[in-house]
Amino acid sequence: MKEIVVISGKGGTGKTSVMASFSYLGQADLVIADCDVDAADLHMLLDPDYQNSEDYYSGELAILDQEKCINCGACLDVCQFDGVQKENGIFRIEEMNCEGCGYCQRVCPTAAIHMETQKVGQWYSSNSKVGSTMVHAKMGVGAENSGRLVAQVKNEARRIAKAEGKEIILIDGSPGIGCAVTSTLSGADYVVFVTEPSVSGIHDLKRVSELVQGFSIPSGCIINKYDLNPQRVLELEAFMEDAGIEHIANIPYDEGFTAAMLEGKTLVEYENSSVSQILVESWKKIKQFAKV
Amino acid sequence: MKIAIASGKGGTGKTTLATSLASHLAESRDVVLVDLDVEEPNSRLFIDGDQTHQQDVYKEIPQWTGACSLCGQCQDICNFNAIVQVGSQIMVFPELCHSCRACSDLCPESALPLKPRKIGILNQFQTEDLDFVESRLEIGEQQAVPLIAQTKHYVDENFDDDFIKIYDSPPGTSCPVIEATKDADYVILVTEPTPFGLYDLKLAVEVMRKMGKAFGVVVNRYGLGNEDVIDYCQLEGISVLAKIANDRRIAELYSGGELIYTSIPEFKEQLFALESRLTLHDMVGAV
Amino acid sequence: MKIAFTAKGETWDSEIDPRLGRTVFILIYDETKNELSAHSNADITEQSHGAGPLTVKKILDLNPDVLITGNGPGKNAAEVLNTSAIQIYIGASELTVKEALDAYKNGTLSSSSKSMS
Repeated sequence: MKEIVVISGKGGTGKTSVMASFSYLGQADLVIADCDVDAADLHMLLDPDYQNSEDYYSGELAILDQEKCINCGACLDVCQFDGVQKENGIFRIEEMNCEGCGYCQRVCPTAAIHMETQKVGQWYSSNSKVGSTMVHAKMGVGAENSGRLVAQVKNEARRIAKAEGKEIILIDGSPGIGCAVTSTLSGADYVVFVTEPSVSGIHDLKRVSELVQGFSIPSGCIINKYDLNPQRVLELEAFMEDAGIEHIANIPYDEGFTAAMLEGKTLVEYENSSVSQILVESWKKIKQFAKV
Repeated sequence: MKIAIASGKGGTGKTTLATSLASHLAESRDVVLVDLDVEEPNSRLFIDGDQTHQQDVYKEIPQWTGACSLCGQCQDICNFNAIVQVGSQIMVFPELCHSCRACSDLCPESALPLKPRKIGILNQFQTEDLDFVESRLEIGEQQAVPLIAQTKHYVDENFDDDFIKIYDSPPGTSCPVIEATKDADYVILVTEPTPFGLYDLKLAVEVMRKMGKAFGVVVNRYGLGNEDVIDYCQLEGISVLAKIANDRRIAELYSGGELIYTSIPEFKEQLFALESRLTLHDMVGAV
Repeated sequence: MKIAFTAKGETWDSEIDPRLGRTVFILIYDETKNELSAHSNADITEQSHGAGPLTVKKILDLNPDVLITGNGPGKNAAEVLNTSAIQIYIGASELTVKEALDAYKNGTLSSSSKSMS
């Protein structure tokens, strides 16, 4: 079983759109995992049925019982996160800031504070319209710890892949280099970068590929919207060669992606064009590189 | 005055707008642009200025002195499993530590003093009109929030309240975005008129409302996709502050690291319109 | 000699758990007594963060000489393993505990340098 992760570093390069097409092409062989839990969009193209859902709990929140509070301010003194605030002489917990460390609970002389585990989202396993099982999640707004929710999604995807005898887990990752991306990369066999030929795209790709190289995971790159800037394409190709990243394909800018999205379709379903063909070829190459 | 530029979806044009808006306003006012997308800070690519300052940014982590009675209280206290007692050793795991200081303060033998650990680098630049501060998170460092918090603090210490502070925020709706936008007087949400754009905008709106923030929407790449985003804003009573046309020239300029508004008159017009709307909302003083 | 296994169940026929930090069970085989004991790791798998070090600590408290697992330890777990003389063998994923023991005896598992990089 191989885990293939699709990430971009920078948002907006077309990662989810491209990945959705791969999901369509690979449907019989794979389980889909949407680990872009912060802003998950893949479901709009794959029409999952949310068959199973489970609440996801992580981290704790301080709860202050005003009746037991004697206004000593010990909690305010120790909180490093501005999680305790004083308004009109009354102390209260600011939910959005509370880090869940429990320090205030430990110093409160009247045990007026207790810690409660937080429901921060839900994860789901669904049948998707392409026939493959899809594991995805929705995180509550402002929630922390997307890293562990990502781990949850992946573990469920692995369990299902094993049970269904699927060869591939195809994973949609999130932008950036923080905890969610690190968690997404753990255990990956191959990484596909989807980037664009812009200074931002190149800059962000370099940062995220450093993270990937740190895990010693082989990788390849698709340059999307390549016709926007031929000079940057050359720059990207030089970088890829230096960094040992395989060059999978170049895709021209195509508003077909948006047109397809408006109909809730992946590009390869929507049009039988040269761009679709590039995606078909890319998927074949990826399976080859990932030694599926 | 603090204006944050955020979005649910990545790649909608936050940095495009932040850099151009900041540069435009800086022609007539004191402005500092702050790049708080510390995981992938790329505003710098569009600002042509001289570096005036650099400093390492730290978070404080407990470090075991090597000698204590091994009471194990620290392990019990830590809510993040960042301290583990193994045999006759106390081990601290820096990436798991949230720097709450509980273990250090409450250790009965003061065996866990706090030591600094580098989490990133802050850089300051200056162009003729504009001041610019960015921070970048060290690769492998898991938490963006402490770096964002310290960067904002640095800006408050070094730029007085007369300055308009434009925060280029990270994408998404999770804790780094909360940290970047929570002190803003006004938040501009940048979206694109596509299904992904609309879905993620709704998430961002939910966050803004939960935080009680004043906010408005800028629709970028208008003309692509459909009108659903506009209809949604109308239905929800959300101000659409500007609509920036879907223009390949903009994408090409952006890809080359060029400030858009200097080359595209229609975009400059939209910035003037945005400036008027912000003046109306009392966000920026009339000039 | 005592040998520890990360496993998905409590018996010789159970499959090896490829994970270390979030393994479901820790099994200990005591060669001298010819006994296999099972220890649940549920309290740690529930944790939001930092499962690796806690699981290793639990394993070390049981005093095995050898640990047989699948993928090997992540960075933090490896750090804790390095405080002891325990030997790690990886590559046992998809084998049963019995098969993994045989593979270890036959020298077909890879010895790990205690760090998965």
